[in-house]
Amino acid sequence: MAFGRSSRTKPYVEPVTLKILVAGGFGVGKTTLVGAVSEIRPLRTEEMLSEAGRPVDDLHGVESKTTTTVAMDFGRITLREDLVLYLFGTPGQDRFWFLWDELAQGALGAIVLADTRRLEDSFAAIDYFERRGIPFTVAVNCFEGAQRFPAESVRGALDLDPEVELVMCDARDRESVKNVLVAVVEHALVLADRPRAAVTS
Amino acid sequence: MSDEAERNLPVEGRAPRPHHWFDDEAGPVVRPYAMTRGRTSAATRHRLDLIALVVPEPAAEDPGRDQTLSPEHVEIVERCSEQPQSIAELAAGLDLPVGVVRVLVGDLVEDELVHVTRPVPPAELPDVNILREVINGLRAL
Repeated sequence: MAFGRSSRTKPYVEPVTLKILVAGGFGVGKTTLVGAVSEIRPLRTEEMLSEAGRPVDDLHGVESKTTTTVAMDFGRITLREDLVLYLFGTPGQDRFWFLWDELAQGALGAIVLADTRRLEDSFAAIDYFERRGIPFTVAVNCFEGAQRFPAESVRGALDLDPEVELVMCDARDRESVKNVLVAVVEHALVLADRPRAAVTS
Repeated sequence: MSDEAERNLPVEGRAPRPHHWFDDEAGPVVRPYAMTRGRTSAATRHRLDLIALVVPEPAAEDPGRDQTLSPEHVEIVERCSEQPQSIAELAAGLDLPVGVVRVLVGDLVEDELVHVTRPVPPAELPDVNILREVINGLRAL
């Protein structure tokens, strides 16, 4: 029969799954960053959205509804048999911000990947995570040929809160990306130790 | 069989492209809404998270239960039988929109062929101990 693989003797391990979001402007290297640490080639999943249809699924006006397909790239890191981390690259275009709400639910933290040549592309993501109280770290992707700026001037330009960490990284380099991920989770840990009310004030 | 005819046969073992006589521009032959029989949301109580894992139940090996299932349902169960998979992985692997996979997995949950793990509830941060384990795990990579 259709499902008739060998009968399993061992029960499935049901890992705890966690997710970290990777946000930033279009072409800033989100998929590259995911690919640098993922154990699988970044996969692409698509969500069909009807802009006119949100937030209520109303069938009136279906004929004029425009549908858009939004692609999200994601990767997976199995930390232990029972602990799996997923990385999701958020859609680069600002107009799909509403998709983030779903992605952001239950996310343990986020990386805002920034390019010093186009810092303004990061504003929307920073603003979003600040408002939601989602722990995030800004990672400046040091592109070859881009002028390097001192961290302090980038912080100033982005108007970051003092507690938000800013790190320099190379999105192609596994070790470098690992350090960014550790920075995000450490920041999440600090916030988790603190009472929730203090975070939202 | 002539060489000519042989050359036109689909190559076995190639990546599965069931609709090889259409190009990509034509889109899928079976439209997503047909696979879900017009439904846009699943019957399950909770919206399935992208990282919710789909785990087969023992009943998934029970013959005779699969009469009402579509090939896509069957493929979801088969993929998860190897190793539980997340909604996102299933969508990517089946090349289907996430919304369609949610509906199909919802059917399988209703039929008690699979269950779905619930990730960390919304608006709650994961446990501090889990965060520590994540940090250790990342450092050890």
